Amino acid sequence: RLCRPAATLARAYHGDRVAAVGSQPDAGSPLYQENYERMKALVTELQELAEKIRLGGGEKARKLHTSRGKLLPRERIDRLIDPGSPFLEFSQFAGYQLYGNEEVPAGGIITGIGRVSGVECLIVANDATVKGGTYYPVTVKKHLRAQEIAMQNHLPCLYLVDSGGANLPRQAEVFPDRDHFGRIFYNQALMSSERIPQIAVVMGSCTAGGAYVPAMADESIIVGKQGTIFLGGPPLVKAATGEEVSAEDLGGADLHCRKSGVTDHYALDDNHALHLARKVVRSLNYQKKVDVTIEPSEEPLYPADELYGIVGDQLKRNFDVKEVIARIVDGSKFDEFKALYGDTLITGFARLFGYPVGIIGNNGVLFSESAKKGTHFIQLCCQRNIPIVFLQNITGFMVGRDYEAGGIAKDGAKMVTAVACASVPKITVIIGGSYGAGNYGMCGRAYSPRFLYMWPNARISVMGGEQAATVLATVAKDQKAREGKELSEADEAALKEPIIRRFEEEGNPYYSSARLWDDGIIDPANTRLVLGLSLSAALNAPTKRTEFGVFRM
Amino acid sequence: CLKFASTTERRNIEKVLIANRGEIACRVMRTARKMGVKSVAVYSDADKNSMHVAMADEAYFIGPAASQQSYLAMEKIIRVAKISTAQAIHPGYGFLSENTEFAELCKQEGIIFIGPPSSAIRDMGIKSTSKAIMSAAGVPVIEGYHGEDQSDECLKEHARRIGYPVMIKAVRGGGGKGMRIAQSEKEFLDQLESARREAKKSFNDDAVLIEKFVDNPRHVEVQVFGDQHGNAVYLFERDCSVQRRHQKIIEEAPGPEIEPEVRRKLGEAAVKAAKAVNYVGAGTVEFIMDSQHNFYFMEMNTRLQVEHPVTEMITGTDLVEWQLRVAAGEKIPLMQEEIELSGHAFEARIYAEDPNNNFMPGAGPLLHLSTPPPDSFTRIETGVRQGDEVSVHYDPMIAKLVVWAEDRQAALRKLRYSLHQYNIVGLSTNIDFLLSLSGHPQFEAGNVHTNFISQYHDELFPAKQATPNEILCQAALGLILREKMITDAFRVQSGDKFSPFASSSGRRINISYTRKLTLLDGENNVDITIDYNHDGSYNMQIKDKAFHVSGDISNEGDSTYLRCTVNGSVCKSKLVILDNTICLFSLKGSAQIGLPIPKYLSGASATGTQGGAVAPMTGTIEKIFVKAGDKVQAGDPLMIMIAMKMEHTIRAPKAGIIKKVNYQEGSQASRHAPLVEFVDEDMESK
Repeated sequence: RLCRPAATLARAYHGDRVAAVGSQPDAGSPLYQENYERMKALVTELQELAEKIRLGGGEKARKLHTSRGKLLPRERIDRLIDPGSPFLEFSQFAGYQLYGNEEVPAGGIITGIGRVSGVECLIVANDATVKGGTYYPVTVKKHLRAQEIAMQNHLPCLYLVDSGGANLPRQAEVFPDRDHFGRIFYNQALMSSERIPQIAVVMGSCTAGGAYVPAMADESIIVGKQGTIFLGGPPLVKAATGEEVSAEDLGGADLHCRKSGVTDHYALDDNHALHLARKVVRSLNYQKKVDVTIEPSEEPLYPADELYGIVGDQLKRNFDVKEVIARIVDGSKFDEFKALYGDTLITGFARLFGYPVGIIGNNGVLFSESAKKGTHFIQLCCQRNIPIVFLQNITGFMVGRDYEAGGIAKDGAKMVTAVACASVPKITVIIGGSYGAGNYGMCGRAYSPRFLYMWPNARISVMGGEQAATVLATVAKDQKAREGKELSEADEAALKEPIIRRFEEEGNPYYSSARLWDDGIIDPANTRLVLGLSLSAALNAPTKRTEFGVFRM
Repeated sequence: CLKFASTTERRNIEKVLIANRGEIACRVMRTARKMGVKSVAVYSDADKNSMHVAMADEAYFIGPAASQQSYLAMEKIIRVAKISTAQAIHPGYGFLSENTEFAELCKQEGIIFIGPPSSAIRDMGIKSTSKAIMSAAGVPVIEGYHGEDQSDECLKEHARRIGYPVMIKAVRGGGGKGMRIAQSEKEFLDQLESARREAKKSFNDDAVLIEKFVDNPRHVEVQVFGDQHGNAVYLFERDCSVQRRHQKIIEEAPGPEIEPEVRRKLGEAAVKAAKAVNYVGAGTVEFIMDSQHNFYFMEMNTRLQVEHPVTEMITGTDLVEWQLRVAAGEKIPLMQEEIELSGHAFEARIYAEDPNNNFMPGAGPLLHLSTPPPDSFTRIETGVRQGDEVSVHYDPMIAKLVVWAEDRQAALRKLRYSLHQYNIVGLSTNIDFLLSLSGHPQFEAGNVHTNFISQYHDELFPAKQATPNEILCQAALGLILREKMITDAFRVQSGDKFSPFASSSGRRINISYTRKLTLLDGENNVDITIDYNHDGSYNMQIKDKAFHVSGDISNEGDSTYLRCTVNGSVCKSKLVILDNTICLFSLKGSAQIGLPIPKYLSGASATGTQGGAVAPMTGTIEKIFVKAGDKVQAGDPLMIMIAMKMEHTIRAPKAGIIKKVNYQEGSQASRHAPLVEFVDEDMESK
């Protein structure tokens, strides 16, 4: 593996200074103020909802949990990671309004990346206060997504297990398919084979399939008189063989540390278990080898919350993505590439927390030139091993006879090929609209970015609700016309209205996040931090050489 | 003066051996160095890494820690003097400083003993003789019995004659050792026995004298200096009235509220006393002074006293320099008229002791030690550094803090200010006590006497109160910022210097980070919830009180300072964090706040047993050492087991009380069988 020494020299020659991007907004203008207020309202809503989700299950469940001397899952994470260090949590809105009246806050499982003994680790913690920590379909999906993140970024995994296993009434949606429960253990085996450490801490039940989490782990810890591991719990044993046995005798810490050898370390309580887990991580002999140059980090020149006033919540209003870049990158310094060519796509290099990044952002619809420029830029990033950040706000590729004739599909395909094949870390933030093939070219979920986040003002769908409704109305109109009838304006409106409403609902970031179409909704003002944390995590993975496919010329 | 005619020729002192340790050894070496005189240290086993050894130009090992075999071993010290070719020996105070035989021995060996002639030591060392000499010389003395007959009956008879309360003192005593008070005849014999025991142990002579005990007296002493040419001068008086267990803790010079006329009389009486014994070198004449400022000769100390610096401060002299010059045969550097009194000086003795436990002497490591910055008006006389240990073998004095100012009030203010900056962690000290003592209104007023501490006991020992919330917030901030320092240190040495994961911002996605911290205030757990704000400040909550806290830590010299703003008010304090203690020192006072030790760190290793000991393998119980109800410490042997032809000692995995022994001698135990059960003590780990 190639390993360049991480240089931290800032080249400070006078002539090398980079002109900063961005400009002072007219904060007094009514437009700015309206934008600001409305985005602020969205952020406040986001924070309030997140604070509610943070609590996990109801107060009763929490009380019961803590009365047993157990720590709440978020406290467990807080004490597992280095004191006072940040935690990059994923998909807080998993399961949000997904199961009708059944609330499954955070999908009943907390996942994220935090530093443990100085090592960036992926942490998966069951929340036993949410339906006993049982796995809903979305729980499985979130667990698997977390493992995918660990695999892609080469992050040691820590599983804080406290779960009743699969949610039995929904077994059909959690058990049989490829990306269902069994995949968790498949992933553990595969990751272990790739030298990605798998560590389990059993802090509660670990029943049936769940028993394989510690059993498949490289090293496991169990809390005495609290953690239990068994394939079949006491009720099942009684039903199967008539044997009556307590949970502790059947699969408690004493049994597993002394007799079965399923677990390796005996903890006196939660705190001890977490302390042991930190020690295990210390003995991983894990070293993050950052294979990119590093320069001293600087704060951007402009306050991050100005993004509220610049962007607002009206997708129809244009904003200059360079103003967004100015509020994200180190020192607001942006070396633009091909500034005068294909200018609806902005490309260029910058630093983020000292790490190099290539940034691709939208300033309008994609033309052939923009797509070719994007392709060129992605090739540069791959050639130079520079991670790419996509700032996605795209209505799609340009349509129309001239453009089709100009080969827009072919040029778009070049960009999609480049995005798909690029094996440098890719991180996508949807900062506005994400529609149609634009989503592909700008590294949507299907293109496996290492991380994908959404702003609360963002919308995602195959096309805009208006456009979809118009398309459908046109189809209906044509049909009527063939029948010699006419569609009244009222009928047309009645036809369009539910479609618009439905697109609006399904394009909403909460709808997306609830289904794990992204890794979380974030406050625009936190974009820099979230990107920095994600980049730092992504750089744990060894560098992989990119092999591009055939570019249609 | 004929007596010393033969010794008055000038002798050059190029090298001096200091037959002492600790601060006085260092003190003497400093002056020696200043004068270009080489210094030789001696040290015992306990002192091989001590400051006085490090400071000396040469150092020699003289034996085990026990003083009898090292610092009191005359022949060894003489031998070192010979080997090192030191021309003179400075005995410091204590140890051999007032030992006639040693002074005699030095003389025989042709080594200069820096002190008075042995005859003077002998005369003054035996209190009965000294009083007789003083009486004859016209110096006022106090009633007492200084006789040869040491029988219980005789002593008791004299005590009755003098009238209770009486003081029983070791004839050869000093420094409060071998000194007892009998309030009534009933307790006389017990006190006598106790005084004799201590005298025997300390001076190898259990002869005692009896003296009238003056209630609420002042202890005033005069510094005198004699030379080999028959001159003697006084350097004014010191007041050493404030004492605990008959040992001085705060001394000052000059004595407060003493009229110049009385001062002159005191001085002249002292010079008279010195001349009466042809005194040479530094000496102290101690007087008892009653409330009418009548004074009576008590005793003469034929050495340089612990508290000599206060005299130096008000006279601008260096008494050790005088000692060396006089010992070399020079005349006293100043005439009586040239010695001027200027300003006021205080000395506070900082001891390793527990004032709240009857000043029980302590020992242990000085895990943290920082002092006020020394300057020409602030002297720190010490023989220890941070990391050193206060040994159980010797005097528990850590340092003397000496300050000078224009007048008494200013000097006292300076003393308190400096005491606040004298910060020690690792063992109990009397610093807080010295602060409350020096801050007492009666002390400020100069109304000092030897019963001061017992008279104002309640005011000097206020009941311990709960630590104010603001201080707890500071402690919490100190802890958080220290963690941040550790994180930053890791970050800087890693190749990944700017990763936001390496920050201590506590940032979370969309939610705030609330940290629960438990601190120990004395015995009480205090829960603090801490919200991390994005601007680097914290919102802390203790019960229903909310605090906005921010600040930073900085290093100045060897110390770490915490600058902390709690609800708008800024406070700067010194911060010391050791294993499980957060110490804060500020001009408002000091606070020690504990961190609860998690169960997994406090107990024995997590064996996962039901809190007992288990058989390591199958075998026979050979011997059992404990039974139900026994209290054991971790590591104590519980039983011996024979297995695989080997003896295995089963030890207690933790401290506790045995609940049950599951086996009898001779019985078989299988592998992992619990052998002994402990009484459950459900301590919560938090």
